[in-house]
Amino acid sequence: MTQRKIAIIVALLLLGWLVLRWTSRRDPRAQGLRPAPDFALTDLSGRPLHLSDYRGKVVILDFWATWCEPCKEEIPQFIALQNKYSERGLQILGISMDDSEAPVRQFQERFKMNYPVAVGTPQLADQYGGVLGLPITFVIDREGHIVSRHIGATNAEVFEKEIQRLF
Amino acid sequence: MRRHSLLPALAILLFISSVFSTPLARGADSTDMKTLQPAELVSILAAKNSKPAKPLLFQVGSHMLYVQAHVPGSEYIGQGNTPEGLQHLGKRVSSLPKGTFIVLYCGCCPWSHCPNVNPAYDALKQLGFTNVKVLYISTNFGADWVDKGYSVARGE
Repeated sequence: MTQRKIAIIVALLLLGWLVLRWTSRRDPRAQGLRPAPDFALTDLSGRPLHLSDYRGKVVILDFWATWCEPCKEEIPQFIALQNKYSERGLQILGISMDDSEAPVRQFQERFKMNYPVAVGTPQLADQYGGVLGLPITFVIDREGHIVSRHIGATNAEVFEKEIQRLF
Repeated sequence: MRRHSLLPALAILLFISSVFSTPLARGADSTDMKTLQPAELVSILAAKNSKPAKPLLFQVGSHMLYVQAHVPGSEYIGQGNTPEGLQHLGKRVSSLPKGTFIVLYCGCCPWSHCPNVNPAYDALKQLGFTNVKVLYISTNFGADWVDKGYSVARGE
């Protein structure tokens, strides 16, 4: 009888532990993920650009500038990633930290950037923990949580591995 | 015979000049420039007496970056890689004595990729300024200044 009670208690404890583990895996806060701050900008073609409109997609949010050489190196790989994974739900968004729009517009046309680009603000940069050096790129999951932050030019393979885990 | 006797003397002269000259660093291009480490600047700014002299601090990078965070007391000049930025720099220093201690900084990108500090440094050199240094920011202003806990000012 005592042995049976002990077995039931152990089984209940085990069950509780499994439930806790399962729920914490599903809870982004338990994984240390924080929500990506929403923003409302207008892209270079005049359309509204809200991060929240891309909920349900995997987002690569790239803070860059036309005068930043490492940023420029990354742009062709973002164009290629957008082409390759758009059907699986990838959306790349470019936030230029240029001080004016004209060079960004020229750059976008010259490089035939195939994803929305808007000029950012210091306030938006603050929301993302400060953009005090470029490039800085965030990978955001389908639920709108920041999964990773990359400072400096980052190889396309790194992004590819990360987004494939999120599809 | 005479040429042979000159060679060791030249070698010694070269050695002495390389040891005692001001440290030089390579920037985004091949320009040699005098640099200052962030910790050195912090101690100069923190010194209570007037020695060493306090420099004029000019941020020659992006305004977007300056508004987010800059070295307290520094002035926004404009991007060193634009004609407007260099023009503003020229105007700002036009009435200053050529020996004024000036520190330039940017921090937009890794040191080897910064497009702004070299043109600004060269412009001041061409204008005859003799006491100009560039803050050596190896990664970016966030990593090498803000994250180190050095004091920061924000806004215009």
